[in-house]
Amino acid sequence: MDALIPHLPVLLVLTPLFGGLLAALMPRRGPAPWMWSLLVTAFEVVLALWMVKQVQRSPQETITYLIGWWPAEYGIAYVIDALNAYVILVVALLAFVSTLYAKSSVEDEIPKDRHNFFYSIWLLAICGMVGICATADTFNIYVLLEISSLTVYTLIAMGKYRDRRALTASLKYLVLGSIGATFILLGIGYLLMLTGTLNMPDMHEQLMLMKAKGTLEGNRTVLVGFAFITVGLGLKMAMWPLHLWLPNAYTFAPSAVSALVASTATKVGVYMAFRFIFTLFGTVYDSSATLALMAFCGTLGIIVSSIRAAQANNVKKILAYSSVGQLGYIVVGFSMANESGVAASVIHILNHAVTKGAMFMACGAVVLRMGNADLKSFYGLGRRMPATMAAFTVGGLGLIGMPLTSGFISKFYLVSGALHDGQWWLALVVLAGSLISIVYVWRVIEVIYFKKTDKRAPVAEAPFTMLIAMWILVSASVVLGVDAELTGRLAEFAARALIGGAS
Amino acid sequence: MASFGLFNYWIAVAIMMVGFYGVIAKRNLVKQVISLGLFQTGVFLFYITMSVYHAPDGTPGRAPVWQAIQGGLAKDPGPYDNPLPHVLMLTAIVVGVSTLSVALAIIMNIKRLYGTVEADEISEIEDAIDHREELTSR
Repeated sequence: MDALIPHLPVLLVLTPLFGGLLAALMPRRGPAPWMWSLLVTAFEVVLALWMVKQVQRSPQETITYLIGWWPAEYGIAYVIDALNAYVILVVALLAFVSTLYAKSSVEDEIPKDRHNFFYSIWLLAICGMVGICATADTFNIYVLLEISSLTVYTLIAMGKYRDRRALTASLKYLVLGSIGATFILLGIGYLLMLTGTLNMPDMHEQLMLMKAKGTLEGNRTVLVGFAFITVGLGLKMAMWPLHLWLPNAYTFAPSAVSALVASTATKVGVYMAFRFIFTLFGTVYDSSATLALMAFCGTLGIIVSSIRAAQANNVKKILAYSSVGQLGYIVVGFSMANESGVAASVIHILNHAVTKGAMFMACGAVVLRMGNADLKSFYGLGRRMPATMAAFTVGGLGLIGMPLTSGFISKFYLVSGALHDGQWWLALVVLAGSLISIVYVWRVIEVIYFKKTDKRAPVAEAPFTMLIAMWILVSASVVLGVDAELTGRLAEFAARALIGGAS
Repeated sequence: MASFGLFNYWIAVAIMMVGFYGVIAKRNLVKQVISLGLFQTGVFLFYITMSVYHAPDGTPGRAPVWQAIQGGLAKDPGPYDNPLPHVLMLTAIVVGVSTLSVALAIIMNIKRLYGTVEADEISEIEDAIDHREELTSR
């Protein structure tokens, strides 16, 4: 097995890629494609854990893998450090748990003879997301971004079997997502023009050389490239006000897809933003104006989206709008560009993935039993689906940021980062956002526990696999909330590595 | 000469903006997707243009492969264009085609389930659904 270790970075991407291709060849009916996907994602988690262990052995160093042993300036290099090993682990874990969850929900929502194709696309989406995190080649990022985006559009469009509005939501996402990806491609083009390389560390070096020579001062090419990439990333990670594709896409996607995409896709976008803004441009370029703009967008996103969430009547839509708001917290965190701010973002990537994943899963269980996720369907479910609703409640507390849940840790870092810089108004916005989130979470919880149920509908507890998946995430949320040591150390390390480049 | 040297870039930006305008302004989904393709094509032209190389004495660069055929690999190939952007655009074209096919597949399904590909008519239907849900959820 030791012979595999040097190849870990590329295996992380190849496993779901070939797993996805093979899944399409499986029998169309029956549980075979699901079992295969579960196996592939479980193997992916093992590889990701192994990768983290390798990185932790020498945290100061990065692991570089040259595909085909081409030198980094000609070929594609995969570079793994503490930050991407961590994000890859988050994606792999969430992918595994979502696959475990998917069984009953997919059987219910996707026609019986399409399961092999569904899981094939599902695994390819995971391949794209892991690949974005692993690669250090900017054009490779674009290609893998398109792999994950195209597959996610398809997965969301499969919601048409339940509600035809999934199709328009998916097309809207496709149009806006393609514009975003094309902007990123254009920005990469400007940088390629200037530096003659696609490799990110190499690009950074070239830009530093130019800076030393003084040719970077007032260079509009790098400015335009940076602008295009920032806007493209904003679209991809659904930064307010570029989030318009997100609410409907998450609402009408199949339940399992909502859980997977909500917990991973936008996080990968945030990771790309880290890489471009801090690793690539950090020391090269004074990006404080951009970061100020992002802080502005983030704060408005927190407030406006949380209010929209409080107005929605469909629980999936509430969660979708709240996702935009929670992304606002992540954006606000890294736009502070100080250590605890960036650490808050890094921690919130995991914490939000875990809580929102669990909540979308609970919501999907209600869709399975009641047929929709309207607020009305939740009436009195506290008595009829106690385990599912308990998971939803704990997830909701995490969203608010109650102590002893993971959300509290992120908000603690966030507020202390804001106060550290004397930006007390950011701290105020974070607290205001938490207050509004109490409103929208409470609206659902009140209905769950204090309203009379519609007796006619025969409702049972969610299937076993769904409950396990949900409770893995819920207990992770609580564990991460009680023991902040675990993520805190990793996040602070990653933050220092990112900011170290920027100061 | 300088402005003529930028001619291709002007055209690339013009194509992109025509496409971008189409994506925003057209209310027919198929036209939107065609415009999206046009928008991406502008970027292809941008990349291809940046690969062009002129030697300091003004000799235009040639395609690297063509040079090799002419004189063999041992000979100094003379000025040649950067092959990398061409290769990148080959990949980007494939991505563009995949995007187009996914988009058209979705539009086909929209036509089947909504009976129209006009964005205005679709949003009318969806508003009606939203309104109905609003009434039942009270």
